[in-house]
Amino acid sequence: MTENYTALYEEHKKLGASFTDFGGWQMPLKYSSELAEHHAVRKSAGLFDLSHMGEVWVTGPDAAAFLDYALVGKISAMAVGKAKYSLICNGDGGIIDDLITYRRPATADNTDKFLVVPNAGNAKVVAAELAERAANFDVTVTDVSAETSLIAVQGPKAQEILLRLVPAAQHALVTELKYYAAVEVPLMFGGTSQDLLLARTGYTGEDGFEIFVANDGAAALWQALVAIAEDGELTPAGLASRDSLRLEAGMPLYGNELSLQGDPFAAGLGPVVALSKEGDFVGKAALAARKEAGAGATTGRKLVGLKGLGRRAGRGHYPVLKDGHVVGEVTSGQPSPTLGYPVALAYVDVEFTEPGTALDIDLRGKAEPFEVVALPFYKRQK
Amino acid sequence: MAKVAPELQYSDEHEWVARDAGSNVVSIGISAVATDALGDIVYVDLPEVGSAVTAGETCGEVESTKSVSDLYAPVTGEVTEINDAVVSDPALINSDPYGAGWLFKVAAESEGPLLSAQEYASKNGGEL
Repeated sequence: MTENYTALYEEHKKLGASFTDFGGWQMPLKYSSELAEHHAVRKSAGLFDLSHMGEVWVTGPDAAAFLDYALVGKISAMAVGKAKYSLICNGDGGIIDDLITYRRPATADNTDKFLVVPNAGNAKVVAAELAERAANFDVTVTDVSAETSLIAVQGPKAQEILLRLVPAAQHALVTELKYYAAVEVPLMFGGTSQDLLLARTGYTGEDGFEIFVANDGAAALWQALVAIAEDGELTPAGLASRDSLRLEAGMPLYGNELSLQGDPFAAGLGPVVALSKEGDFVGKAALAARKEAGAGATTGRKLVGLKGLGRRAGRGHYPVLKDGHVVGEVTSGQPSPTLGYPVALAYVDVEFTEPGTALDIDLRGKAEPFEVVALPFYKRQK
Repeated sequence: MAKVAPELQYSDEHEWVARDAGSNVVSIGISAVATDALGDIVYVDLPEVGSAVTAGETCGEVESTKSVSDLYAPVTGEVTEINDAVVSDPALINSDPYGAGWLFKVAAESEGPLLSAQEYASKNGGEL
């Protein structure tokens, strides 16, 4: 696989990042200590490069109807300016990716516009799949992933920090922006002002923003935020902390909790699948059959949270045991920096998924006690 | 680049060995090259005092936020002391791997193959 570099690679090197491969991209794993970066996001704010994520525009008179067909959610019901979490499934109901769709204002000629943001490792597959599914619709699918960077500011101080780049007259655009919504905002950086798409979305369990910026402006925006970071309230944060933050927030990671072999119902994503929406969608018949059969409810396994009673953490693929018998498998796990005990996400036989159920994780031959708990592990105080 | 303490010897598994003058007791820890690669260490499982360890064999575990690694004994002998401070505060291993972050001491009967600081640094990309 060829290695991809974001437009911010040199910036990360300047900050002394150590790198890791993620979905074919060389991404900053951490800049100093991943625990310090994790705590910074919970207490103040963190700065992330998410440019490995994909960006695919879907435009045209049929854009809403097309996305209703291509994705499992009822995208046509979204109001302009809103964002929605959804899935793209194959005909068997397997999950190709989880993604966020932003509805943007229609153009003057009434052309609907949506921005679809898939995961890094799936961006090309999703773009190709959307293009293929578009055959019978009057839409244009444009993959702008290669030209687009994405920078996130996440944490309780995210808004305060971001406002430092916004002209006072436009502050209300940011302060009144709701969670899972997006707006074009003028941002001042690099000696100029650019109107950029700013979304109040994230993957950390905190308040926060994601900013879409063309690659040629990404370094200047990043540097402006790093200059703010020198005041101490914003900390550059890598993928290691991003993973521990999303895990505490109980958010699934494609490749760990979600896969082509997986099942939206078992993953707890049943509410995302709009079986009752008008018309057909890719995977509908298979998903309806899975739901009817009781997937993730009365049969098979279901994704649960496990809280460690000891100090040792379960890791991906470790077996989950009940009285010595394998009843599940860990998909993600590590010590929770915020909570101070190990947490894990695991698929477990449905009969053992009630909160409070005592289970063990087979930690390399030793059974360590865990308990089923309700998700998320961590919820921010609003 | 991770620092390699020049006065110590190292195993291929990234443990360091320090000698006590005038005795066969050695102190053992893990190198900054290892702690950098592991990330923040959150749990350490050390051999018990009085137990026997064998050079080249596992004798414990070091768990970081991202992974679990085996701890290998660089020498053969009996464990005489463990560092209780790192058991209760494993972050010491990251902040001071060659000092306060030492792990355990062994009355060494024999040693496994050990590298000089120079050899270890050039092999593992450390800095003397």
